[in-house]
Amino acid sequence: MVDLVWLIPALPLAGFVLLVLAGRRMGEPFAGWLATAMVAASFAVSVIVFLGLRNEPGHVFTQTLFEWIPAGDFRVDVGIYLDALSMTMVLFVTGVAALIHLYSIGYMHGDPRFPKFFLYLNLFVFSMLVLVLGDNLVLTFLGWEGVGACSYFLISFWFEDEANASAGKKAFITNRVGDWGFMIGIFATFFAFGSVTYARFLPLAPGLAATTATFIVLMLFVGAIGKSAQIPLYIWLPDAMAGPTPVSALIHAATMVTAGVYVLCRVNPLIASAYDWVPSVIAWVGVGTALFAATIATSQYDIKKVLAYSTISQIGYMFLAVGVGAYWAAIFHMVTHAFFKALLFLGAGSFIHGMHGEQDMRWMGALRKLMPVTSVTFIIGWLAIAGVPPFSGFWSKDEILTYALAHNPGLYAVGLVAALLTAYYMSRQVFMVLYGDARWSASSEAEAEAKARVASAGAGEAEVSAADGQPAGTVTEDAASRFPEGFRPHESPWTMTVPLVVLAVLAAIGGVLNLPFPDSLHVLEHWLEPVFVLGQPAELTYSDLSIVGLLVVSTVVALAGIGIAAVVFLKGRIDARRVEPAVLQNAWYVDSSIAAFMGGPGYELADGTATADRLVVDGAVNGIGRATRWTAARARYLQSGFVRAYALMVAVGAVLLGAWVLTKVAAW
Amino acid sequence: MGNDLSTAYLSLSAVLFAVGAFGLLVRRNPLVMVMCVELMLNAVNLTFVTFGRMLDDVTGQVIVFFVLVVAAAEVVIGLAIVVAVSRRRPGATADDLRVLRG
Amino acid sequence: MEATIFFVCAVIALAGAFGVVLSRNPVHAALSLVATLFAIAVLFLNQGAQLLAAVQVIVYTGAIVVLILFVLMLLGIDKEEDLRVEPLVGQRTLAFVVAAAIFGALLAVVILGGANVVTGARSVTQPLADGVQMTDIRQIGQQLFSTYVFPLEVTAGLLTVAVVGAVVLARRVRNPQPLPEPEPLDEDEDRLLYAEEGAD
Repeated sequence: MVDLVWLIPALPLAGFVLLVLAGRRMGEPFAGWLATAMVAASFAVSVIVFLGLRNEPGHVFTQTLFEWIPAGDFRVDVGIYLDALSMTMVLFVTGVAALIHLYSIGYMHGDPRFPKFFLYLNLFVFSMLVLVLGDNLVLTFLGWEGVGACSYFLISFWFEDEANASAGKKAFITNRVGDWGFMIGIFATFFAFGSVTYARFLPLAPGLAATTATFIVLMLFVGAIGKSAQIPLYIWLPDAMAGPTPVSALIHAATMVTAGVYVLCRVNPLIASAYDWVPSVIAWVGVGTALFAATIATSQYDIKKVLAYSTISQIGYMFLAVGVGAYWAAIFHMVTHAFFKALLFLGAGSFIHGMHGEQDMRWMGALRKLMPVTSVTFIIGWLAIAGVPPFSGFWSKDEILTYALAHNPGLYAVGLVAALLTAYYMSRQVFMVLYGDARWSASSEAEAEAKARVASAGAGEAEVSAADGQPAGTVTEDAASRFPEGFRPHESPWTMTVPLVVLAVLAAIGGVLNLPFPDSLHVLEHWLEPVFVLGQPAELTYSDLSIVGLLVVSTVVALAGIGIAAVVFLKGRIDARRVEPAVLQNAWYVDSSIAAFMGGPGYELADGTATADRLVVDGAVNGIGRATRWTAARARYLQSGFVRAYALMVAVGAVLLGAWVLTKVAAW
Repeated sequence: MGNDLSTAYLSLSAVLFAVGAFGLLVRRNPLVMVMCVELMLNAVNLTFVTFGRMLDDVTGQVIVFFVLVVAAAEVVIGLAIVVAVSRRRPGATADDLRVLRG
Repeated sequence: MEATIFFVCAVIALAGAFGVVLSRNPVHAALSLVATLFAIAVLFLNQGAQLLAAVQVIVYTGAIVVLILFVLMLLGIDKEEDLRVEPLVGQRTLAFVVAAAIFGALLAVVILGGANVVTGARSVTQPLADGVQMTDIRQIGQQLFSTYVFPLEVTAGLLTVAVVGAVVLARRVRNPQPLPEPEPLDEDEDRLLYAEEGAD
């Protein structure tokens, strides 16, 4: 049973190859069904392998497929390292990916490059599985770059639009920084251990010098920051929403962006042998990102941008968990987040689909009557992420916060504020999209009010950065000019709603994986325990009563966030303008600052560098060329073309040689 | 060690070699140039035979044999080139073929 | 006796050599070459190399020179060459200097070296034939097929290549492209293949 593990990545790869060879001939919808079938089969195999893995000793199974890079004492094989951690990842990656593939069949309907989309998706799933299953850092890096490449392809999938192409470029360039760190980390690992295979070097980690371990962990952490969109390399993720919504759900919410967390969990023994301040750095970066992104999310109008900042924020929680040593809590949150965030993204995609491509929440409203299935599932996702018991997000987030409190109360406080903001901005989104007036309807009796709302909402935007893609300035048009006559949002087809329902169920009950007490309910924690033995995971010393107290605090915080949002957006007691300052609408002006810097001093610097390059470097090269040319122009006359002249030179040479020989033997 | 004529033989071959070389450098007709090369080769052959006799060894003569064969091959190729060139430019001298000049 | 023959032949050979170099008519040059080759063949005989003398006459005069003459007649490039002009500046002077230097160096070595001009052990391979027990034709045969068998085989390959090459080179092409006339040497140094600046 476990021997089938090689099939898990092989099936999506087969789908990719088939689509490359014949995707265009398959066309719509067969190409989509093929890709979906491959990933679904991969998920089925994963379940079978999971059942088999439970009988393996130590829940570890390794399989070397073939030798890849033999070079002296540097050996990299293509092998599979299957343990509780990678098994968990594989299960939720293939599961969520299969659902999103199914959803894409409906969502991408009518797209001219329909087969190509699924080709990329299959390649992405394959790369992600290589990343997770690879038995060494180099193979993981291969998958790491593979998912990155697919991410850029898919972000700029509709490359006809300049903004989408730019977003792809931005993701690529930002990730390059992180990938650099990851590569240095790999080199340092090989330098320190003489091997990059997990099974070989992780057991040796406790004996490693703290400085070396710190360096490796920090470098891998830089890689993780890039891929998982943490401060300061998060700027690509909001722009990545330019891609099709299934991509945002699969790559930029559920799977790829959690790769950084996975890698840090994988090398947890190294984190344990690094200096004490290293986990704190990870934790503070995580919780700082969680808070920072949550503040931005409170003021975005694009339905997908809110979710993008929310994703950054939630991954911040996972890094917080890694930093405080609660690795399984990070994985737990990763799984639940994959469920509810994929659900929310797919729901948002369904709304966009129903609104014929409209993404601005200011034009939505009252959609719950017209799109019931999507709305119900979206509400479940909202409650899950907001942290309302008994939904999944509540349990996983609370687990992280509990461990954060045990580690450092400051972390707990910041995390709690971020949780409050999370509940608030998600509620704001739900109220703007599902409730209130039908602002898209030109015939609505509330149209005048809607226009007033829209105008007021836009009034706060004194300036909007070009990179932010928000509709700039005050909105002056009305719904009639924005939407065609007789426009009515519609419910999406079944291929889109089925995944929503499945994910909603999972988002609702996902918490059972790891309920806080009694101890026997810590299913995920005990399952993952062998992976983190060397990582010196955190121990909880709290009594059950205090844990209950913390749960209550979390619940209160979540409900408070929802309440504030209800007061502002449902009841309209407070003018929305006052809670949506321009500084947050423009994401703290990070993008515009970067743009301003690069447009001003940065441009000057680059220009100066270019000038210096032209004058000094090119000048040297051209000078050599000119000198050569000048010499050659004179030396050309030696090459007269007369054979006899050449022969004469040969003869002169012969005479000189002879003379030299004669001087040597002039003994007589 | 040979006899008193050995020096004379060698001097003669030196003269012949120098004359051949001079001719090669001065004459413009490719066929005459080939003849001058033959002249130089013969001068060298003469030295080989003389040296062989001075050392009382047959190797000198064997080498001359090989030089003859190679000279024949060389002349054949040289003449073929001359023929090929003359097809394209009748009456060309060595100075006329300067397409490859710098 | 040997000395007499040597001097006669040396005179003939030198006369022939100068004839090759100085006669304006290529056919005369070829006939002068025949004289030289004959003289050298006699000198070979004089030194006891009967086989080489015969081969010299047969191969050189009978084949090579005849071939040269044949090509001369065939191509009609037997027109006289004006030796009074030398298009290449300094070519003739320098050629004379070089030839004189070669001659001087060789003569110096020969005269000053005397009996030591040739180095090495005596009779390494085989002593020369005495003409009674052993003839030199037999000796050369033995050497060719024992000590020098590999060069001999290589020579066979060389001859094959030469024949094929000659056939390929001299075959009649369909429509021969005339060789371009050489342009006069221009003096401007900027006859360049690419633009001066710009294309970064």
